[in-house]
Amino acid sequence: MEWVLVIEFHLDTRSGVSPYRQIVDQVRRALRLGLLNEGDQLPTIKEVVGQLAINPNTVLKAYKELEHTGLVAPRPGVGTFVTATLRDGSLAAHGPLRRELVRWLAKARRAGLDEESIEALFRDAFRAGAEQDIA
Amino acid sequence: MSAVLQADGLGKRYRRRWALTDCTLRIPSGRVVGLVGPNGAGKSTLLNLAVGLLTPTRGRIDVLDAPPALGPAELARVGFMAQETPTYSGLSVADHLRMGARLNPGWDRKLAEDRIAQLGLDPAQRAGKLSAGQRAQLALTVAVAKRPELLILDEPVASLDPLARRQFLQGLMEVVAEQGVTVVLSSHLIADLERVCDHLIVLIASRVRLAGDVDQLLATHHLLTGPRRDPERLQAGQQVVSASHTDRQSTLLVRTDEPILDPAWTVEPVGLEDLVLAYMSPEPTGRGGLTGVPR
Repeated sequence: MEWVLVIEFHLDTRSGVSPYRQIVDQVRRALRLGLLNEGDQLPTIKEVVGQLAINPNTVLKAYKELEHTGLVAPRPGVGTFVTATLRDGSLAAHGPLRRELVRWLAKARRAGLDEESIEALFRDAFRAGAEQDIA
Repeated sequence: MSAVLQADGLGKRYRRRWALTDCTLRIPSGRVVGLVGPNGAGKSTLLNLAVGLLTPTRGRIDVLDAPPALGPAELARVGFMAQETPTYSGLSVADHLRMGARLNPGWDRKLAEDRIAQLGLDPAQRAGKLSAGQRAQLALTVAVAKRPELLILDEPVASLDPLARRQFLQGLMEVVAEQGVTVVLSSHLIADLERVCDHLIVLIASRVRLAGDVDQLLATHHLLTGPRRDPERLQAGQQVVSASHTDRQSTLLVRTDEPILDPAWTVEPVGLEDLVLAYMSPEPTGRGGLTGVPR
């Protein structure tokens, strides 16, 4: 079988987010967006360090955490494979929601909000919504 | 966890000048260790002591549980790449590998040849005709193919351009992933070390100023900003690494194992580079602006 590299990691060293966390997040995002599916192989540790020039333990730590949350599993001597998905059937709803959000953003800009205010407003509403859910 | 390198009260004097003083260290195995410090801090001296090219004036150093370079068996277990990426300019790439094979009992010929092929180096090429990056890769290949348990690299990327530096570190990390070798490398390029190292030693003015696992160091250092105050009056157990003040505000880098409880402080994490630079700045004398305030 021809082997295909499914995803490639990238590292933002200025983000302040630790490299290990960035790898975990990138796998989770790929799972959520359907770029990674059950049975897909993650890049081997050697491939990742050969590409990013980072410590192998960093990759190992990220893969261990993904393993711990049940998303991937190692096959000894072969590599690490995706065993679960984070797609929740909501992908179909993304399009319409996105269009609505773009419209809303345009409205917010017309009302004079800059990016920072929009972000702050979103976070605030998000938090308020989450609190309501708990209550 | 076993130590690959252990130093106790280690000191080295050249004529009248101490290049290394009272160095007590323990480097756990399986790590990629970054040795940082300003020029002349004693980095090369420490590494040369570790490979047995220098003998201690005081104290002792053990490498893989034996004095450095005690005999052929000890020599075979340690790979060393000295500063300025040592290669023989008149010898070809293939000559270097032949020499490596002759001098090292555990020489891994396949590994050496595979690496040279992967790097795209022409075996017939003389080392003197290679680029600096290729020479560094050749020197690394020779050091790695002897299959050492400990690899010591003195400023391996200092003279390389950013691309060659990245390629060298990619190759080095592949070696670590494959062979599980412990690496000690000195550098003053902290951004590079941040990617590859999981253990850090800061050497300043011939003394060890800071040593530990990077995760641990990052978790125990915090940047505090808040209304101006005397660093003397801090929560117990908070060690001030650096402090700067304006008329109204104090900015402190503190080391502590405890959570920061005082609500007056805004607490932020510190990056490795800022952390190291704070230790390299003059020591705080208790109060007064020391870092970030040039006046």
